[in-house]
Amino acid sequence: MPLALDIARAHLLGRRRQSLVAVLGVTLGVAFFIAMSAMMHGFQNYFRTQIVDSNPHIMITDEIRRPARQPLALLHPEAAVAVTRVLPRDPVRGIANAGAILDALGRMAGLAAAPTLRGQLILRRAGRDYAVAALGIDPVREARVTQLAGNLVAGSLDALTRQSNGVILGRALAVKMGAGLGDTITGVATTGASAALRVVGLFSTGIETQDLGQVYLQLAREQALENRPLVVNEIDIRLDDITRSVAMAKEIEGRFGFKAAPWEETYSRILAVFLLQNIIMTTVTGAILVVAGFGIFNVISTVVLEKARDIAIMRSIGLSRRVIVRIFVIEGALVGSVGTMLGWLVAMAMAAGIARIPAPGATDPNETMRVAQSVDLYVVASLIAMAAAIGAAWLPARRAARTDPLAVIRGAT
Amino acid sequence: MIAAIAARGLTRILPGPVPTVLVEEIDLDFAPGSFTAITGPSGSGKSSLLYLLGLLDRPSAGEVLVEGAPTAELDDDTRGDLRLERFGFVFQFHFLLPEFTVLDNVILPMRELGQLSAAAMRARGEALLASLDMAELARKLPGQLSGGQRQRTAIARALANDPRFILADEPTGALDTRNGRAVFAILRRLAEEGRTVIVVTHDETLAALTDRRVQLIDGRLAVDAPVQDR
Repeated sequence: MPLALDIARAHLLGRRRQSLVAVLGVTLGVAFFIAMSAMMHGFQNYFRTQIVDSNPHIMITDEIRRPARQPLALLHPEAAVAVTRVLPRDPVRGIANAGAILDALGRMAGLAAAPTLRGQLILRRAGRDYAVAALGIDPVREARVTQLAGNLVAGSLDALTRQSNGVILGRALAVKMGAGLGDTITGVATTGASAALRVVGLFSTGIETQDLGQVYLQLAREQALENRPLVVNEIDIRLDDITRSVAMAKEIEGRFGFKAAPWEETYSRILAVFLLQNIIMTTVTGAILVVAGFGIFNVISTVVLEKARDIAIMRSIGLSRRVIVRIFVIEGALVGSVGTMLGWLVAMAMAAGIARIPAPGATDPNETMRVAQSVDLYVVASLIAMAAAIGAAWLPARRAARTDPLAVIRGAT
Repeated sequence: MIAAIAARGLTRILPGPVPTVLVEEIDLDFAPGSFTAITGPSGSGKSSLLYLLGLLDRPSAGEVLVEGAPTAELDDDTRGDLRLERFGFVFQFHFLLPEFTVLDNVILPMRELGQLSAAAMRARGEALLASLDMAELARKLPGQLSGGQRQRTAIARALANDPRFILADEPTGALDTRNGRAVFAILRRLAEEGRTVIVVTHDETLAALTDRRVQLIDGRLAVDAPVQDR
């Protein structure tokens, strides 16, 4: 065993209780960092997966964000002409040439597209009204774009294809309405048109706003209710490679002119909240590790004071300042590494415990808290812990190295 | 013959509002294999001179030559290396590492020097302890030893790297007369083996056991004479 490591080990074992407290500080810091991060990431991953799986990756809507290039600029593309304060066209009611756009999208590789007419609907049952967003869909295409089929807990998309007045409700909404498969409910559109709708399916996404506030109808039925025949106001796109969503959305918007929002834009607020959550969580749990660093600073400072004579004799024998620094930095690293490894074990136990806790507010009563442990989390926690431990040891180590051996020897004699 | 250690105009002044002169204008040569006692009243600069000779301190003026080589320009690390290889120190208090066994304390300088294998270091450490009648105490901790045993352990540690110079600062200060004489007997044996031994003592009786007596008064060299009647 190297001399510095041997001395460091002896120093720590000589102050067992204090060393143990310092180790426990690191253990708790690492464990909480990993467990809390895993819980947070588990929730966020689950939410993100739900968003990504249940919703289109890119949504084309009947909105034009960029004004068309003005004739003057088109006529003199190289001229120093600036046309300012040009507004885009008024929002159009529906996506023009949706059929052609869908055909063009159908020819593009790596994506599937489905038309939707999104409108408002009042569902009426047992004398009560329920305002919902009604999505008129093509069930066959929809199955390729969203996880609606997978989210169905009763009924099927085929039933919607067959049943022109069919409706698929969120399970939570159905429970609230007291409706079930095969029941008939009345749907009233903002146009005043109404239809008797038969429940052909129930879905559950786990996202309350969707499960309670969204229903699916056949596209033709929704167009009839909205009195907008052949109109769609949304084209939903699913990508084979989700990481291309931003680039593809930009390309599509540039090509067809209509707003094409990737899922990151649609859910930017939620993602921003996630980011903020992560920053707060990392700061708080990181602070625990910094506090653990104070514990290490404390134990090593005490050892340095206590071992002044030992340091003096080692220096007088000929041990260099570097060796003295190494001894105490190794002490910090030992406390840090033992604490970190124990922290891993405690974190695993905590994560396993958290994963058994029922998820609060979950629609499925058997659903438990999501925990996403990853090697990255363990690596980051270990790096922070080791940096805090070695940093905390560095200051007293430098002071030890600067000890004037003569001052100590003279003082002793 | 080149002196093992030589002091040339050696002066050490502690700076401060009122500068304190520790030693002043000391010129001394220590021959290889010599056994010298530095004596003098308390505060006369004995230990300060020893620390300068052992490269533990830097002079304010003058210099120390080690085997003819000047040391004034050497940096701290080089002086440390020189101490590790050529000097062995024994202090009034043993300064043994309390968590290490006697043997581990003895081989500590060997481990830092790193010239021997672990087995060779242990063998040498055990041999050194045996030569000081400490063989059976090798596995003990310093806290389990008597004062004389601890000081002998410190001497064994000073001999770990087979140094050419042994510098001892009041090595008998914490010992009774019998143990004090035993330590001086060991130091004499080391000198007879060819090592240069310089020992600071305020005990004139023990100083009389050496070959040469250097006396300081107020930091200045007062007496430098061979011991006539040992």
